[in-house]
Amino acid sequence: MLTIRQYVRAESLEEAYTLAQKRNNMVLGGMAWTKMYNRSIGTAIDLGGLGLDTIEETDEAYLIGAMTPLRVLEQHVGLNAMTQGAVAESLKGIVGVQFRNTATVGGSVWARFGFSDVTTILMALEARVELYQRGVMTMEEFALLPRTERDILVRVIVPKMERSVCYLSQRNTKTDIPVLTCAVVRRGGETFAVVGARPRNAEVYRDTEGLLASGVTEEGACAFGESVARRASFGSNCRAGKEYRQKVAAVLVRRAVLTLDKEG
Amino acid sequence: MEIKLTLNGKKITADVAPDLLLLDFVRDHGCLSVKRGCETANCGLCTVLMDGTPILSCSTLAVRADGHHVQTLEGLQEEAEDFAIFIADQGAEQCGFCNPGFVMNTIALLRENPDPTDEEIKAYLAGNLCRCSGYEGQLRGIRAYLNSRKGV
Ligand SMILES: Cc1cc2nc3c(=O)[nH]c(=O)nc-3n(C[C@H](O)[C@H](O)[C@H](O)COP(=O)(O)OP(=O)(O)OC[C@H]3O[C@@H](n4cnc5c(N)ncnc54)[C@H](O)[C@@H]3O)c2cc1C
Ligand code: FES
Ligand code: FES
Repeated sequence: MLTIRQYVRAESLEEAYTLAQKRNNMVLGGMAWTKMYNRSIGTAIDLGGLGLDTIEETDEAYLIGAMTPLRVLEQHVGLNAMTQGAVAESLKGIVGVQFRNTATVGGSVWARFGFSDVTTILMALEARVELYQRGVMTMEEFALLPRTERDILVRVIVPKMERSVCYLSQRNTKTDIPVLTCAVVRRGGETFAVVGARPRNAEVYRDTEGLLASGVTEEGACAFGESVARRASFGSNCRAGKEYRQKVAAVLVRRAVLTLDKEG
Repeated sequence: MEIKLTLNGKKITADVAPDLLLLDFVRDHGCLSVKRGCETANCGLCTVLMDGTPILSCSTLAVRADGHHVQTLEGLQEEAEDFAIFIADQGAEQCGFCNPGFVMNTIALLRENPDPTDEEIKAYLAGNLCRCSGYEGQLRGIRAYLNSRKGV
């Protein structure tokens, strides 16, 4: 059971950051995950009053506030237009609408879950993470930060660029936590895949062997899928075994490459 | 902590503990339609509307409702009556424990999308679990209601 001694609605990021330095204090996202902790919290720090619950658009990027509910991201017109609906596709399997209205982008990224649809799609969109103290970094750099870090995730920055994106995931049953997540992106003639839920943090795999460099063929797509599955590391848990995940990865990457090609 | 909110149209001021869940707060205020199901954000039984948006009250602190409008099935009887009878007509439920959550989320669905396809209904209600039925009855009930509105 989660107990909380004090609740503070932070009035500034500085206040939130200062409070967050104490080990038994905790920043609140949507609380969908932390609600399940068996922990006594000194001060729960709510970022809800800092205007971080919306997605802003500039000429270069979409700025997704940390407190933006997953459902707002899922329904965002601009981000979905830029990704041919891949953003909505990546989030639609997460529990249900009420859940996605409750859980936030900031909590999802900060937690670096080894099963995350959210991390997979944001990494595929080459997003950067803005932390209050440490500043801006790539999703890959953020993934490597020690878990003891006590910063505040302010926003996620998704650069605007022309790209084709296909998102696929494999679940044992609809709305369950995924067994594997996969996004394939084509941008400026280059193709890369992001594979997550291995069950480890998502990672990027580029077409270093040039298997798709001179166009997509059935054989090239298959070879790229096999190459990603060979390079990625997989693990077993209650949802699936390592070998199964490896096979699924090859198939999802191949299918995503062929889907992108078919849809131009 | 003192919070002020509107619960089913009634203004309330209350002193609450920082870790009191919205689920317990609304139940303490007589809204017993809101059920404690899984308590792990999986089942949708605890669905309430916060400023019109369906959220999970089992994973929301009562203090976060400060300044907001919260609605439960107790405050939405008329809107629910319209279609709940169609769900009952299909014999959709057995124990009925999941029903308030289903009804609340269907209200939210129909406000957002008054004429959903079957696929859209399924997608919107995917976070409402029912341990007794196979969901087909609920789907048939909502479809029958939508058809009746169109005079089909
Ligand atoms: C039942 C269930 C099923 C799920 N299924 C899926 C799934 O299929 N796919 C998927 O991708 N995800 C899934 N998730 C994870 C979910 O999408 C969210 O990522 C998760 O709930 C965390 O988001 P939150 O807003 O609830 O964060 P919280 O639970 O509030 O916080 C999570 C952590 O992040 C910290 N934190 C939050 N915000 C910040 C911030 N701005 N700065 C610094 N630290 C912060 C908190 O202190 C905490 O340590 C599931 C979760 C649950 C409970
Ligand atoms: S009790 Fe809240 S989702 Fe199950
Ligand atoms: S009818 Fe029993 S849980 Fe749905």
